[in-house]
Amino acid sequence: MNMIRNFPLFTIVLSLFSGVLCTMLKGKTAKYYTLIYECFLIVLVFFVLWYTYRTGDSFTYTMGEFPAPWGNEIRAGVLEATLALSFLIIIFCSVLGGWKFLVVDVDETKVNLYFTLINLLTAALMAMIWTNDIFTGYVFLEIMTLTSCGLMIVREIGRTTLAAVRYMILNLLGSGLFLLGVVLLYDITGHLLMVPMQENIATMAGTSAAMEPVTMSLGILTIGLSIKSGLFPFHFWMPDTYGWSTPTSASILSSIVSKAYIFLLFKIYYRCIGIEVFERLPIRKILFILGILGMIFGSISAIRKSSVNRMVAYSSAAQIGYIYMGIGIGGMMGYTAAMFHILVHAVTKSLLFLTTPRLAEVSGDSLLFKNLQGSAHRAKDAGIVFLLCSLSMVGIPIFAGFSSKLMFALSAAQADNMKILFFTMSALAISSVLNALYFLRTVIRIYTEGRGGADISAHKLYEEEKGIRGVAYDMEDDEEEEETTLSKMEFRIPAAILIGMNLFLGLFSWYTVDLIQKGLEMFP
Amino acid sequence: MLETLLVNYEEAAAIILFGIGLTMLLFHRNLIKKLIGMNIMDTGTFLFLASMGYISGRKAPIITNGVTNVEAYINPVPAGLVLTGIVVSVSVTAVMLSLTIRLYRRYHTLNLDDVYILSKHQTEDR
Repeated sequence: MNMIRNFPLFTIVLSLFSGVLCTMLKGKTAKYYTLIYECFLIVLVFFVLWYTYRTGDSFTYTMGEFPAPWGNEIRAGVLEATLALSFLIIIFCSVLGGWKFLVVDVDETKVNLYFTLINLLTAALMAMIWTNDIFTGYVFLEIMTLTSCGLMIVREIGRTTLAAVRYMILNLLGSGLFLLGVVLLYDITGHLLMVPMQENIATMAGTSAAMEPVTMSLGILTIGLSIKSGLFPFHFWMPDTYGWSTPTSASILSSIVSKAYIFLLFKIYYRCIGIEVFERLPIRKILFILGILGMIFGSISAIRKSSVNRMVAYSSAAQIGYIYMGIGIGGMMGYTAAMFHILVHAVTKSLLFLTTPRLAEVSGDSLLFKNLQGSAHRAKDAGIVFLLCSLSMVGIPIFAGFSSKLMFALSAAQADNMKILFFTMSALAISSVLNALYFLRTVIRIYTEGRGGADISAHKLYEEEKGIRGVAYDMEDDEEEEETTLSKMEFRIPAAILIGMNLFLGLFSWYTVDLIQKGLEMFP
Repeated sequence: MLETLLVNYEEAAAIILFGIGLTMLLFHRNLIKKLIGMNIMDTGTFLFLASMGYISGRKAPIITNGVTNVEAYINPVPAGLVLTGIVVSVSVTAVMLSLTIRLYRRYHTLNLDDVYILSKHQTEDR
């Protein structure tokens, strides 16, 4: 039993070790190693979830057994374990589902380094989820930024490099602001550990003069993390970042990396500041407004795009808006809805980014809508998966998207504030209509017979962009025909897992809601 | 107001440096200048931390002449944070410089606007 208390630390340290190990392995070996290793981590985290759920309390692991105000701590509860478990399953599925494109996009000699990055990203993700120390959070946040930049630039074309540069500049801006916020909070409270920090802030909370600096530093910190996670006015880096990366990277970046930042921010609100103090600050209202604006403007931008990946990327901006709106509504129900939506969006969006390249593949490697016409008939399984994901994004009952929208509506109703109720309901309605508009339009397009305006020029340009590797791609085509069943399974297995998770979240949402609420009770 | 700034001149300088760095990082079009801005921004934060950790009249936290009284030494944690921050900053700068080299080799310019216009000529394929 006591062994389980070490597991959260194992997930971090072993991932760092695996990252180093992958630099020495061959490409394919590194892939299989990473897949098996992710399964191993899933088992470890499952034990942590089971243990914390059974004992009904979170546990704290002190590094080197230095007691509270001095040492560094890891804390695991039901909420952290639930998120970690889902994220690990998604990483597993993304690696498996995107492998076919990875071997094309990444130079053969560098494939093992790609898995080094995946393992380091896992380490950073685990550390950000488990940590109880705000500065450790900062360090791993930077590791996550660097690894996600690496995940983008492994596909060596001009657009990814430019996208990576823009992504990095905004992320560094975010990190700088986050660091300043952390330093200011440390200056005010004298602690870096979250729980002692919360105690000090609680004693200050009575006087408004003392709360001003806290509000300001928290504001700086919030701006930093909302730039990194892509909240409304800072969402413009998303389409380039997600649109040009290799599918595995796009899937991991959109579904996990941005959510990890939101979770860290949420943890700071809940555990460093204390939720009662936070609910009195004006920051919550601003997040609510920006969340709603993000939901609407993200969707409007998505409608105007001519490429499916950019549309899906802009829809991410809208979904991030939902999560911040949930935090803005507040109350137990609002936070539960926000956390639930993190899971819903992660599960759906990762699969969408794995599906779109398969539709493009049968349409002359073009992601433009005009070329995608009829692609669902040419790639049947990808078409079905895209249809199911779209239905979930739009919010059709039995899918996860419906449950989360219902929860947002319920939480707004419980908030006891007519303005919040009005704005939430209108935003949900408008956003659902807009979602339906662009997702169902795409579904109709890919299910319409015929090859539309499919042109060879897009395909040609793609080959030119790839240069010599374009030739390698053709040669691999022959090999692939022998391996069709294997390649199909590589897509069908992760798709089945993620669709299964989606339906589970949709049909049996109360199990997950129960987990999240138990987690939130032991979270402060 | 001005008096408070003068008393806390180190912190004021740190925040001004941070502001300069932030503006450079955001608004300069030249990539190298952006990176310099980022480093200035980080330096501002480190100066803030170092000046906050220092208590005048006390010594560096290394036990000398057997004095173990806490009152004799300054807080060692901010110095540790600065050190960690510098390591992070160096690695981020290294990655950004390598990205800059790659971008320059491809587009032969460091001006981000120009790069953006050049990249527009590529069609939207996968």
